[in-house]
Amino acid sequence: MSEVFRRYGAPLGLMILLLTGIWVVAMVVLPYFVMVEYSFHPNLPGPEIGGPKDIYTLDNYASLFRGIDILAWDFPDDFRVFLRTIWGSAVVTAVCLVVCYPVAFYLAKVATPDRVGFLLLLLVVPFWINEILRTFSWYIILAFNGPLNAVLLALGLLDKPVRWLSGSGGVLIGMTYAFLLFMMFPLYNALQTLDRNQIEAARDLGAPGWRIHWRIVIPHAKPGIAVGCIMVFVLAASSYVVPALLGSPGTRWFTETIYQWFFEGQNWPRGSAYAFVLLGLCVAFILAMMRIFRVGLTDIAK
Amino acid sequence: MTGMKASERLLQAYVVLFLLYLFLPLAIMVAATFNTSRFPTVTPWLGTTTRWFEVLWNDQQMWRALWNSFVVAFAVIVVSVPIGVAAAMLLSSLHKRARTFLYAVMVSPLLTPGVIIGISTLVFWERLGVKGGLHLAVIGQSSFIAAYVMLMVLARLQRFDPSLEEAALDLGASHAQAFRRVLFPHLRPAIVSGAVLAFFQSFENYNTTLFTRGTDTTLTIFIASKVRTGLTPAVNALGVILIVVTVVGAIGYEILRRREAARAREATRRAQENALGDLRKA
Amino acid sequence: MSQDVELDGVTMRFGAVTAVRDVSLVVKAGEFFSFLGPSGCGKTTILRILSGFTEPSAGAVRIGGRDMAGIGPNGRPTALIFQNLALFPLMSVWENIAFGLEVRGVGKAERRKRAEALLDLIALPDAADKRIDELSGGMKQRVAIARALAVEPQVMLLDEPLSALDLKLRQHMRAELRAIQKKTGVTFIYITHDQGEAFTMSDRVAVMSRGVLEQVGPPKAIYDDPATPFVATFVGENNAFTGPVALLADGVAAVETPFGPLRGRAGPGLASGAAAVLFVRPERLREATPGDGANRLAGRVTHVDFEGNFANVFLKGPDGSAILVQLANDGSGEPPPEGATMDIAFDPANAVVLPDGPRARS
Ligand SMILES: Nc1ncnc2c1ncn2[C@@H]1O[C@H](COP(=O)(O)OP(=O)(O)O)[C@@H](O)[C@H]1O
Ligand SMILES: [Mg+2]
Repeated sequence: MSEVFRRYGAPLGLMILLLTGIWVVAMVVLPYFVMVEYSFHPNLPGPEIGGPKDIYTLDNYASLFRGIDILAWDFPDDFRVFLRTIWGSAVVTAVCLVVCYPVAFYLAKVATPDRVGFLLLLLVVPFWINEILRTFSWYIILAFNGPLNAVLLALGLLDKPVRWLSGSGGVLIGMTYAFLLFMMFPLYNALQTLDRNQIEAARDLGAPGWRIHWRIVIPHAKPGIAVGCIMVFVLAASSYVVPALLGSPGTRWFTETIYQWFFEGQNWPRGSAYAFVLLGLCVAFILAMMRIFRVGLTDIAK
Repeated sequence: MTGMKASERLLQAYVVLFLLYLFLPLAIMVAATFNTSRFPTVTPWLGTTTRWFEVLWNDQQMWRALWNSFVVAFAVIVVSVPIGVAAAMLLSSLHKRARTFLYAVMVSPLLTPGVIIGISTLVFWERLGVKGGLHLAVIGQSSFIAAYVMLMVLARLQRFDPSLEEAALDLGASHAQAFRRVLFPHLRPAIVSGAVLAFFQSFENYNTTLFTRGTDTTLTIFIASKVRTGLTPAVNALGVILIVVTVVGAIGYEILRRREAARAREATRRAQENALGDLRKA
Repeated sequence: MSQDVELDGVTMRFGAVTAVRDVSLVVKAGEFFSFLGPSGCGKTTILRILSGFTEPSAGAVRIGGRDMAGIGPNGRPTALIFQNLALFPLMSVWENIAFGLEVRGVGKAERRKRAEALLDLIALPDAADKRIDELSGGMKQRVAIARALAVEPQVMLLDEPLSALDLKLRQHMRAELRAIQKKTGVTFIYITHDQGEAFTMSDRVAVMSRGVLEQVGPPKAIYDDPATPFVATFVGENNAFTGPVALLADGVAAVETPFGPLRGRAGPGLASGAAAVLFVRPERLREATPGDGANRLAGRVTHVDFEGNFANVFLKGPDGSAILVQLANDGSGEPPPEGATMDIAFDPANAVVLPDGPRARS
């Protein structure tokens, strides 16, 4: 702390402390705390807030789980949405990993440097294009009268058009497309540091291609895999616009449930509780990945 | 040998397919802009037109939303860049333990879902009696965009030689002068990149804005609501414009980067020449 | 214009480490003064205390009689040349040189003029608009000096500024630095671990070891009259013969060594019977003549290094101790062959006897 003042002098040092303090306290830490605190309150009309009924309660959390009947395999709506979100995000993450891995490997270890420069530029462009537009393009493709059905009908692969946008399929397709590159770049960065000689050596020893990947390339890519999976999972689990555009009322996402509690149900405490549950889910996933792949926070922030 | 070649060719084919997968949807969206069909599609092609650009041009709501997006993005730059710079400077002069802890707190918003940042911002300011609106969107977005700026500035700061700062002080500069003339110029590229990144991040933000915007509309909110209600290819026209801006920006950035790399190579060459000259003299 | 620099009981502690211990000395105005010592002995720390980047844990620094306590680097009449030079990479050469003037509010035209005058002084007249990364090591060196001179400091502080250069350039720059110092008359305080550098440039040298000031004096006095065993062994080569003081009279001391009693000039602090060392330089040893009575010793030649203008002859004494004799190639004779026994002698005036103490690691 005193180092700040020694290096930058008193006025600048104070400014630094003040700005950082405002950010960390008033924009990051306190809002979390207030949200969490809020989630333990009952939803009361304005005048009763702070009154005798305003007691701490776990009800907002309990309501997510209330009515679960494992034996009958029966779940309440909100919980079903929650499960779908976890499951769907996991599927999207896995698909992104599988789809990206060969491309990242090609970029990092096979392509010539000139071509890599060009391809990276090509990849960066869709990366910068708005998530909504990327989702919207699939909205067009998957539409009942859209090009996908038209092509498949023309090729004779379908005999009647399919409603792609009902059910979860559209959401998963759209998310995979929207978040793919968040897997690509971490993977590529990790693979780039792999020494090509290791691959050559393994090949010299007669290892078949899949075994080289399994024993050498993938272990080396672990930090990249971890970071990519974290990015994609968190983005998918907390996506609002993709399910809103490509989903149907029967296939809501947990973020949509939260939004509904906030702005349609006018139940902010419950919305806050659910938001905290979503945060917990993401943190649990991140910690699990960090544990499984043995990576630290600094690796992720890159 | 031939087996390796075959697998390599297979990989190349896959990469081509991947690129197709990446760009075909965008191409279809762009193409749909020029179809006369009232619903954005390329099948069937009812005729080529540019009228959807006109429709977009005449859409007052769009202009309003665009204006709001600009206002928010600029405000986010104003808020998040100074914060990010200050935070990086603080981190770089802290000791290990405190630094690790504060760093974790600072990057946590990057791993937090955007909707949750929006919600916590909304709930927190509601407590203080502040209702949703563009100002809350600015605060909410800045809370995580500042972390991006911080990371970029910190990376640059780690390549700063603190003895430069000391040299400035030693030559009589005040702390403020040393900052303005020595540290700040060193950080400037990172600050500019940070500001550009902040602008883009803000401009395309949806999740945080959704919860903090109150009744105001930004461009992303506008697009999403248009898709759900009142979808016409005018939305595609907007998409085309944004894509063109993005592509031009990416290419421009790349050109600048390569030019700077070439300049650095040239300077190294001259320094080597001068060193040879020195040896001859000595 | 220049001023005296006074260190008065300066001590610097970093936690458990005492980097500088109770150093007191006065550097006279206009002097070229060097601190010489092995790496880690506290030289940089002293310079940072003088320039105001660190406050000493105890003691005072006075410049021109004024106490510098509480005055930061930007308030002191000193200019520091950093070990890595610390030129501003984003400014051109002339902006670097004029930086000190700029922060003092000197107008641009005037700044440019003064920068160009300094560029003439350092013999780089065409470099004003060059970028720093275009310069060679030697050019950077000179720009750093010009930048420091621009603020017209009373005291220049230089932290091993030549260490990054290669040998030839380093020797060239020594002469140049000395010339600049003479021309400007500014007090130079110079830090180095290289005795050649310290000796060729300085009026006086302070030798330091582990934060302690061992000796202050002109180069010749340091070399000929080392005050401590550390100085005797750190500066140049020396033969050491250890033993108790056998005799102490009239400024001459005899040490009882395995070679018998050896005599030399008595240093300060000797007591009869106490442990002492006699030091004699290799070039002050000579082949014994029949006339030599006392101060004789003999050894077997293990090795001869012929260097051109002289030869190093390595001897092993009967007790296994190593002795180095330097024979000038002055036509008076050939060095003995390996394996031969060599009789040597020295004049007591050419040897010094000191109380035993820590020596430099070689
Ligand atoms: N800021 C510091 N914190 C802790 N120890 C230091 C610091 N600066 C120097 N030292 C210690 O003080 C001693 C002297 O260092 P220094 O003055 O740099 O030596 P020199 O310049 O003679 O090589 C060293 O042991 C060094 O480790
Ligand atoms: Mg040093």
